[in-house]
Amino acid sequence: MSIRDKVIAIIAEQAVLDPSDVTLDSTLDDLGIDSLGLVESIFAIEEEFDISIPFNANAPSQNDFDISSVAAIIAGIEKLAKAQA
Amino acid sequence: MKRVVITGAGTINALGHSVAETHEAMREGRCGIGLLEFRDVDRLSIKIGGQVRGFEVEGRFNRQQMALYDRFTQFTLIAAKEAIAQSGIEFSGELSARSGVVLGTAGGGVSTWDDNYRSVYEDGKNRVHPFVVPKLMNNAAASHVSMEHNLKGPTFTVSTACASSNHAMAQAFAMVRSGMAPVMITGGSESMLCFGGVKAWEGLRVMSKDACRPFSLGRNGMVQGEGAGVFVFEEYERARARGAEILCEVAGFAMSSDAADIVMPSKQGAARAMSGALADAGLNADQVGYINAHGTGTTANDKTECAAVADVFGPHADNLMISSTKSMHGHLIGGTGAVELLACIMALRDGIIAPTIGYEEPDPECALDVVPNEAREADVSVALSNAFAFGGLNAVLAVRKV
Repeated sequence: MSIRDKVIAIIAEQAVLDPSDVTLDSTLDDLGIDSLGLVESIFAIEEEFDISIPFNANAPSQNDFDISSVAAIIAGIEKLAKAQA
Repeated sequence: MKRVVITGAGTINALGHSVAETHEAMREGRCGIGLLEFRDVDRLSIKIGGQVRGFEVEGRFNRQQMALYDRFTQFTLIAAKEAIAQSGIEFSGELSARSGVVLGTAGGGVSTWDDNYRSVYEDGKNRVHPFVVPKLMNNAAASHVSMEHNLKGPTFTVSTACASSNHAMAQAFAMVRSGMAPVMITGGSESMLCFGGVKAWEGLRVMSKDACRPFSLGRNGMVQGEGAGVFVFEEYERARARGAEILCEVAGFAMSSDAADIVMPSKQGAARAMSGALADAGLNADQVGYINAHGTGTTANDKTECAAVADVFGPHADNLMISSTKSMHGHLIGGTGAVELLACIMALRDGIIAPTIGYEEPDPECALDVVPNEAREADVSVALSNAFAFGGLNAVLAVRKV
């Protein structure tokens, strides 16, 4: 499975949706993922890829890690996975 | 119903090992938060906290006591000793039989759990010290205070996360007010500053890596502290009859449950607790001069708390002062309301309002007088102390000058 498919699977599980319903331009809000769900998703992604994501729940928009859409999250993880490999 | 007053106070926390030292630090706006020092701290991403420094157990406790006292119990006993000594009460006979202890803690003996899990899981040992259970149990501190000071009445521990101390003090207050007990020892303590304790909080991603800046724009989370605050709650006529020094009166309290979310705060729940405390005390909102805020330094708490204050106090919200001393001593979790009540006592007795330090820039969502960075002189006759816990459990105390 590619990074993209794995991330979509994790987000889909959190949102209780089928992976096919998670599109690249969806926002977490669109998918019904709240702040607690977001923190849980970040944890699941870190565990899956064995990476560390700079993310503070106090200021999600001010973090270095872009969570504005599924595509942005995937791009961020691809970058981190490469950098932290 | 009887009136209830505070005739003794004690503490140990990152700002000092006594009430006098803590008040001095609050007056000076000193920060007790610094780099954490304990085993495996290098494996944490959060490396700061309000740790109690220069605290030597040797000489304070004997060998048998050391084997039985977790750090949260040690803190409690030190604070209780100071409070009871100040009150001048010696518990014997009927007084001893009816007076008790209600204390708050969220985690109890966290470092005892941590040390012993490490021993059996990491070090592979198959045997633990015989006192692990009596040392880690949440009621250990309350029990040791009762043993040390001969308190034989109602004694137990309240655990409601960050509101534990306020719920405990509310309970003790209700007992003295109803006439059930003439004197209650109350407050709370916490000691989670160990690898496992901080690691657990790290997971939630609400901790700041640099500072606790309540109400300030750009704040980025909470910082943990540790320590204890303990008070002597006494029936007013009894205190007067024996000529005791009265620190302040506990006028009322209220508790509420948000019944909404396990971590996100609710404006309505907080507002109901504040207005409930005023109603219970028979006070009007415009009599309140100071609020010791829950003020954790998280985005969510601080804006919700300010909105709740605006709702409860209306135009008077702009006249009162509200500060968060967590900026100095950190968030003592289950012990926090107890240490913070000291700031209310300082406001009422000394006319000095503890500041919110680390304040950088106003946040339009927290547009109240948060006493930024420097303590202020003010004549205050009524103060509130807020505590809003995870789990949506809120407890607010109202105190006033006597």
